[in-house]
Amino acid sequence: MENIRGSISILTNSAVLIYLMKGVAFTLVVSVTAVVFGLVIGSVLAMLRNYCNHGATRPFKWIATAYIEIFRNTPLLLWIFVCMVFCPCPGFLDRKMFGLSSAEVKLLFKTVVALVLFTSSVIAEIVRGGLNSVAHGQFEAGRSQGFHTVQIMWHIVLPQAYNNIIPTLLSQVITTVKDSSYLANVATIELMARTKKLLSSAYRYNGLNTVNVSDVFVLFGFACLIYFIINFTLSCVVRSIKGRRAKRARLAQLALKGQTVNTVNS
Amino acid sequence: MAQLFSASAWNKIWTFRAVFLQGLGTTALTALFGLLLALAIGIVLGLFATGGLKPLRIIARVYVEMVQNTPLLLQMCFLYYALAFSGFSLGIIRTGILALGIYHGAYVSEVIRAGIEAIPRGQFDAAASQGFGYIQKMYYIILPQSIKIILPPMVNQVVNLIKNTSCLYIVGGADLISATYNFVTGESTGGAYAPAYLVSGLLFFLVCCPLSSLASMWEISLKQRESRTKKTRRHSERMA
Repeated sequence: MENIRGSISILTNSAVLIYLMKGVAFTLVVSVTAVVFGLVIGSVLAMLRNYCNHGATRPFKWIATAYIEIFRNTPLLLWIFVCMVFCPCPGFLDRKMFGLSSAEVKLLFKTVVALVLFTSSVIAEIVRGGLNSVAHGQFEAGRSQGFHTVQIMWHIVLPQAYNNIIPTLLSQVITTVKDSSYLANVATIELMARTKKLLSSAYRYNGLNTVNVSDVFVLFGFACLIYFIINFTLSCVVRSIKGRRAKRARLAQLALKGQTVNTVNS
Repeated sequence: MAQLFSASAWNKIWTFRAVFLQGLGTTALTALFGLLLALAIGIVLGLFATGGLKPLRIIARVYVEMVQNTPLLLQMCFLYYALAFSGFSLGIIRTGILALGIYHGAYVSEVIRAGIEAIPRGQFDAAASQGFGYIQKMYYIILPQSIKIILPPMVNQVVNLIKNTSCLYIVGGADLISATYNFVTGESTGGAYAPAYLVSGLLFFLVCCPLSSLASMWEISLKQRESRTKKTRRHSERMA
């Protein structure tokens, strides 16, 4: 009982809470950054893989395909390790920032690069699914209106493709929030790493001078709860969007059926 | 990067090739047993989720939501430290197998649920009307039809599971990634970063790429077959 009270008292320590909440902020910032940049790179990769089918543009398709397949079939942790060694870091990041030491800032940059590279390969496949769902007639319609390929992509195809993949992209945000915990392997910046670090120094905060199993449950349980709140909210949003779209599709189908019945009758 | 073309670095890799092979072996072993556990959990929960009993459905839902919305790394650490501090340490590999099985069990159950729910309601009613019990209905009627819907995403789960064995690193595992990292940072073996990462990445790629290509080909052929049957059905409706 005393152990449990001691463990809970860790979380009432305001310095500990601020430390953890900063970790939550880093988790969110890292994930959003990875998804935003991943979406940009992924879209380019998806278009290259899907539409560079002829003549001199074919090598672009091969490069994009190779990139996507290589990153999809190797673990994220490998790329984090690779980027730690080989990723160049711009000089202006070599200083203290956001309460991190300069070494941590550099690590943060390198690991985020790894996360962006990895996430962009996954998002590329999602975007490709969206591009494939756009009917081919849309291209022909655009061409008949005198649009060139870039205009067709920008004004006609991409908006529809993005609209179709909104739920899948949001699910990918959930995955990325979870993937950001891989940063804990190399640096103490985001929530997962900070929780683990707190556990190892829990004896200082629980007033018992030892680390107990109840500390494990309280600290990791708290981290689980935070991840759960973030991700469950997102997954509820995904479900409601999917539900609304399915309903709309059903209604549209019903309307269509009604129309054909009417024309047959008349 | 220059190491990629340095003979001495590659020599070192060749001398210590056992490190990589052992790492690959551990990864394969962990993935295999993790998969078996995930299948066991996934099949039970998948059936729970599609069965008629509400309490079971709720159990399956809660499990899936809890597991899918928290990172595997956190679960693995949680499990490892909880066991270690309460004196029931299972060792790293077994903890890893357990954590991977629990995590992927949730995903497998969702795959199985989706497969069963894709079968038209009439099939269940028809089986019931013929006097089939639950197990007979599932075994003879439903599962043979849903298996082809289940398999492609299941193979993708296997790929993810193999990649996720890298999570063992955080508790000090001996899987391929941890072995590689320990190799490149080891005192007597260190330094050959580029060739070592290349070898380890290549090993992962050689295992995972055939699997994920198989899954996507499967999926495409399934979709084509579906659209063909839809077309013929529409055609025959029009003829009638």
